[in-house]
This record gives sequence, C-alpha cells and structure tokens, in this order.
Amino acid sequence: MNTASIPRAFSALLKRDLTLAFRHRAEIANPLLFFVLITALFPLGIGPDPAILKEVGPGIIWVAALLAALLSLDSVFRSDFEDGTLEQIMMSPHPLSLLMLAKVMAHWLTSGLPLLIVAPLLGLFLGLSGVEIKTLLLTLVLGTPILSLVGAIGVALTVGLRSGGMILSLLVLPLYIPVLIFSAGAVNASGAGLTISGHLSLLTALLILAISLSPAAIASSLRVSLN
Amino acid sequence: MTDPDPAILLEGRKLTCIRDDRELFSHLSFALKPSQVLLIEGRNGSGKTSLLRMLSGIRMPDEGDITWNNNDIFKLSTDYRENIAYVGHKDGVKLDLTANENLSFAKNLGNPDPKINNEAALDAVFMTGFEDVLARKLSAGQQRRLALARLLVTKSKLWILDEPFTSLDVDGISVVEKLIKNHLSEEGMLVMSSHHSVSLEEESIVRINLSQ
Repeated sequence: MNTASIPRAFSALLKRDLTLAFRHRAEIANPLLFFVLITALFPLGIGPDPAILKEVGPGIIWVAALLAALLSLDSVFRSDFEDGTLEQIMMSPHPLSLLMLAKVMAHWLTSGLPLLIVAPLLGLFLGLSGVEIKTLLLTLVLGTPILSLVGAIGVALTVGLRSGGMILSLLVLPLYIPVLIFSAGAVNASGAGLTISGHLSLLTALLILAISLSPAAIASSLRVSLN
Repeated sequence: MTDPDPAILLEGRKLTCIRDDRELFSHLSFALKPSQVLLIEGRNGSGKTSLLRMLSGIRMPDEGDITWNNNDIFKLSTDYRENIAYVGHKDGVKLDLTANENLSFAKNLGNPDPKINNEAALDAVFMTGFEDVLARKLSAGQQRRLALARLLVTKSKLWILDEPFTSLDVDGISVVEKLIKNHLSEEGMLVMSSHHSVSLEEESIVRINLSQ
C-alpha cells in the first residue's frame, strides 16, 4: 500500500464529516445553544450580584462546556453506524486509528471550536476580567480537544448499544473531571493574580496524552463494538 | 497432508460462529481460487451475514482461522483489507452526500482504481445523470446500485456481497450479474450470500450451505 495515500484518506474523511455537519447545521447549533442557555440561566438562579458571578463564572462556563461536549458526542459514530459507513471505514486499508483521529478532529471543529468563539462573550456576561477571559480561552483551546478525544472512546464502546447515552455519561464524565478542575482552577488563579503555568502545563500534558493514546483506544473499542 | 494448492488465495479452516450462546455453524472449511465464487446458502438466521463479516475482518471467528495467501487475515490487517470490497445488507451510502461525493469518499478511503472515474462507475450501474443528486433522493434500488458502484472505483480482488440483489429490479439484477462476470474474468474473486439464483458457470461456484 502506498503510504502517500494515507493523508488523502485522512483528508477525505475530515472533509466528508465537515460537509455532513454543514448540511446538518441544526445539529451543530444544538450543543452551542445548550452551552449559552445554561450559562445564561445561572445569573437568574443565583442572583445578579457581580461579586458572586465573578467567583463562580469560570466554573459555570466550564461545566456548561463539559455538558455541551457530552451532548454532542452521540453524533460522532451514530449515523455512520446506522447507515453502514462505519463498516466501510473499518474496512479501509488505512490504519483505523489515524482515520479515527480525522473523525475526532471533525467533531472538535464542529463542536469545540464554536464554544471557543462564544465563550469570551459569556465571560463578559458573567463579569470576568480581561485576564480571566484570556485564560478561559487558553484553557478551552487546550481542554476541548481532550473532551472530544476521550469522549470518542466512550462513544466507540457504546455505539452498538440501543440506549448507550446513559452509560456514555457514566463512562466519560469521570474522565472529564481532571480537565474541569485544572481549567476552572487556572481561570480562578489568573483572576487572583497567581501564576497559571502549572495548570496549563498539566492541561497540555493531558492533551498530548489524549492525542497519542485515544485514537488507538477508539479503534480498538470500535472493533469490540462491531464484533 | 498434501501440499496446499498454490492457487488458493482465500481459505477458511474449521470456522465456528457462536451468537448469543447459540452455535450457528461449526467446523466450516472452504478454499477459494481466483475467478471463483463462494456462494453461501442457508435459511434466515443460519449465520450467512456473520460469516461474511468474518471474511471481511470485522468479526472474529469464535474458532478456526481465515487465511489469505496462507497468512491469517487478522494478522495481515491492512494488507488484507486493501484486497477487499464489501457491500453489506446496509448500503454504506451516506444519504446527505451526493452520488458523486459518496463514490469519491469510497475511492479515497480505499485503494483507488485509476482506470475508472465516478461517472464511468455510475454508467456501469445505469445511474448516469444522478451524479449530483443527494443519495437521500434516490430510491432504495438506486441506493443499492450506488453501493455496488463503489465496488468498481477501488482495486479490490475480493468482493464480499451480502444479498446484493435485494431491492434491485430485473435490470438491476442483470447489471450486477454482468459486473460479477467481468470481475471473475479479470481473476477477481467473489463471496456472496443470495436467495436469488445466480446465472454463473457452475464450475466456478463453490457452494456452502449453512443449514445442513
């Protein structure tokens, strides 16, 4: 097999998933709307005191991002599984783990990236300072790809089950917790004028770990699910 | 034991399939050479699709092994998969992509055949003029034809077809039979399950009946 054709397969899958997402724009909008709504409801629930909102803002935005990511996960493999294209992808002569990386990348571009774009607005809305918003963006850049990568392992394991959604949340949420702790912690620390390099290094380490290990884990999980 | 026939490419040895604690078939063996068809027969639920999924490397046999050129297909992995094209009972067609986009994707994902473009592949299944139509707008039979056109755009020696004649009309069936005959005449191989009787030369057919 010609190795030059691997990038071609990778980009074909990426392009296909982006085209499909573009043709189903409502599906992208759904988790994004969820993200905005949760964040917007909190001030109504806990009162408009700016000091409190500033205190809990980073946590709220990150929890909303986690839940929005969870909501968007099911679509990663569902339709491919149902129409049989997942079998076709698994029978491609190219390494399945690389193809899975393309799928996760497409998922992040359509679910993680939109969160990044609206997050600064929500930060302003909750009264975060400029430094905090900058840190929030940095943690989202590092953190949301981890959510897509780790989440896809869970989806791959549950894709064959009829009601996999419940198990998926139980499987994936505990793995999201470190990301939540370090990210929200970083934003709070930057607000207090403390250094955040420790938090960011840990997030970067988690991201590198997720990029290197999860494609193989997704591939093996899919093989188990479709066996 | 005598030396194996060197022409044998695909071989199954003592395959067993267990599903939900029920043994569907056991100790099934067969050998297939170029230009031959392995025709899998059997009543509903006898394990035809399971056997085809094993041969396509998606499902592991519960016992026994499948070899390609005397190497285990699960060890060959990508080296085996570049030789096969599979059309299962799900078409594997993306409904929100056009016929052309579906074929281009299949081509790039697999081992593209430079000799044939999408239009020629669609011509071969009498789907000319549907290049830019979303697969969702096609009829079930046309979607099936599109799935079968995918066989043509990649260079695959072994075709694995699960009930290829489902939802095809009389013309469609004769088109597929023609594709199969061409494929076999080019040293291709075919594994298929079908309820429909196929008009192929009897000497090229290896039959397995899973209900016996």
